[in-house]
Amino acid sequence: MSKERIKIAAEMFEIMPSEYQDLVDRATYGKEGRGWKDIGTSKELIEEHSLCAGCPESMAFRYILASLPAPEDTVMVGSTGCTSLVFPHVGVHNIHSLFGNQNAIASGLKRALSVRFPGQVKDVVVLAGDGATVDIGLDMTLQAWFRQEKFTTICFDNELYANTGGQESGLMQKGFVAKMAPVGKTFEKVKLPEIARESGCHYVVNCTVSKPNLVEKVIKNAIHVAREIGPTYLQLYTPCILEIGKNSMEGLQEMRDSEKPTERFAYKEYVSDEAKELLTELAAKEKERKAAAKKQLAEKQLAGKA
Amino acid sequence: MATQSVVGTKNRAGQVVTDAWKMMHEAERTPCFFTGSEVIKEAIRRANCDVMIAYPITPQSEAAALIGELFAEGFIGDYFRGESEFAVMSQCAGAAFGGARVFTTTAGPGTMRAMENFPMWAGARLPIQMIVTCRGINSPLSIQPDTLEISYLLNTGMLVWHAETAQDFYDWILKGYMVSEEPDVHLPLALCCDGFFVTHTKDVVNLTPADMCLPPYDPYRSPVPCMDMECPPVRMMRDPFVMKSNYISYATHASWQQEVWAAVERSRKHAIRWLDGLIEVDKPDADILIVSSGTAVSQGREAQALLEEDGIEVGIVKIKVLRPWPGDEIREATKHAKHIIVPEFNVTGWLAKEIRATIPNADRVYAGPHVCGGMTMPPEVIAADIKKHLGIKSESLAGRGS
Repeated sequence: MSKERIKIAAEMFEIMPSEYQDLVDRATYGKEGRGWKDIGTSKELIEEHSLCAGCPESMAFRYILASLPAPEDTVMVGSTGCTSLVFPHVGVHNIHSLFGNQNAIASGLKRALSVRFPGQVKDVVVLAGDGATVDIGLDMTLQAWFRQEKFTTICFDNELYANTGGQESGLMQKGFVAKMAPVGKTFEKVKLPEIARESGCHYVVNCTVSKPNLVEKVIKNAIHVAREIGPTYLQLYTPCILEIGKNSMEGLQEMRDSEKPTERFAYKEYVSDEAKELLTELAAKEKERKAAAKKQLAEKQLAGKA
Repeated sequence: MATQSVVGTKNRAGQVVTDAWKMMHEAERTPCFFTGSEVIKEAIRRANCDVMIAYPITPQSEAAALIGELFAEGFIGDYFRGESEFAVMSQCAGAAFGGARVFTTTAGPGTMRAMENFPMWAGARLPIQMIVTCRGINSPLSIQPDTLEISYLLNTGMLVWHAETAQDFYDWILKGYMVSEEPDVHLPLALCCDGFFVTHTKDVVNLTPADMCLPPYDPYRSPVPCMDMECPPVRMMRDPFVMKSNYISYATHASWQQEVWAAVERSRKHAIRWLDGLIEVDKPDADILIVSSGTAVSQGREAQALLEEDGIEVGIVKIKVLRPWPGDEIREATKHAKHIIVPEFNVTGWLAKEIRATIPNADRVYAGPHVCGGMTMPPEVIAADIKKHLGIKSESLAGRGS
């Protein structure tokens, strides 16, 4: 989508809601090298959310939306759960249809966009919880990977069904006592990152969202690889502070504790050879772009002094 | 709009985009002798479809595979086999959200497995066309014709049409897109037929020219935004209504459901125009009327001929469209009838219940005969039931113990 499409006729500008005026004036649609550092200085693609105070999902949402390489040509697909409370506030097209069918929706969507806009960038990004991704929707999650569908699947892993009140999920740790697991979960946390690798994903990362620069990096990598090569998967720990008995201020520490080298969210990645090649190429280009920008800035400053 | 401006141009397969009304009503027709499955393929060849998603289940597998051949020949933008009917119907939704003209086929247990998708399709206003080649859904396993699954579709908010013949099928697939894609309708269509009887038998069908196709779907002629990031990403609502327990939330959900059903109603005028009425009536002045849909109508016609030999005049009402329900038409067509016979290929008699709820003096309705589980419906059985209903003694039919 050209940014021209969201421009407001001068005569109408004043009567539009302030969020829309902001979107036109200060959003980072089409900005090269956009990222998490734009947060606070430009219009974000997320409005106030309706999650619990201090919910790490809200941080994750902000970092992800700031890091999309081409939000003006990105359609997101969600599923039922806490994330479906946020999507109505998001400034990119997004689809909620049913619970667990997100990767099926994304398969059809990506193919339709490829038929309608051949040769153009149209990124599709799935963002769903662990119940949707691993339990009710596992079939469709895996089948989309088997078919090498070219979109990114992001799983917000909070290790339970948060929106329905804290029931056991497949990604919950063994032994955790929860609703529907009254004597503790009896089987291990499902190893979806490993399954993703074996199912044909070209870029897989398991991490927390404690570090915005890391989230930015993995989001960009995952979307670029999906655009050019094939399916990618990100499993991001976004703890449900409410259901694990933490306070609003404790989400960040919970993530830091869980990403220590011996813990279950220690950074883990898998990159296929094809994807490695692409990412090396992109990194070189990015380096060039930054060097050119720096040079341009220096020249400008020099010219200013002169 | 775009649909007019593209007439005369060529599509991806080199077919000439033709005004749909002219193509269906004025273009020269060529008779062919095809199975119902082949007829589905020929209709889709001319439908300018963007995406078709397939899954094997008898008796629609052949049609679904034949459309794969169309994809290989370049007539369809994309085509693949999904992993289950639930997934396929979600994939169809994804493609329709992305602005594609979408086609799929299913049957029996597949329809039931996919059921969660259908009210979602209607609520999301996705004009997907789904062929339903009806078959048994009960256990023990049956692959034989049975129309019980149609009754489950009637309250989904989809348009539901019931084809009798392969010719109906051919014409209605193409006309169906024209009706369901109207901006004031923009709803999915379940185009049903009786499996095997229509899909696996050969019939003479008059085809429109193969070098003509429908105008492409224009996803911007829609009551909801197309999810392609080619229009501004409107903020749908300040707060999502899903979790709210307040009057505004209830009112929003209620008004949207009402709007979906109002859109079903608005399809009425378009369906009347394209299908030449929602019902078709033969001899409305007869005291006895056979009222039905699908191939039960064909069997009714045979029974009509048998009874005529005995000097009993019987009229026929063929119901073509089940949603929107042709209540006024049925009341008008049956106003003189003393006896209304509703033969059906299912055990519950859902069509007779709908008719009883529609007309005055509903005790005129005789629900039956019913055959199910793949049984055929010999015209003799309909004729015998009519005679029995009239108190006329008829010869006993083998195996019926009468």
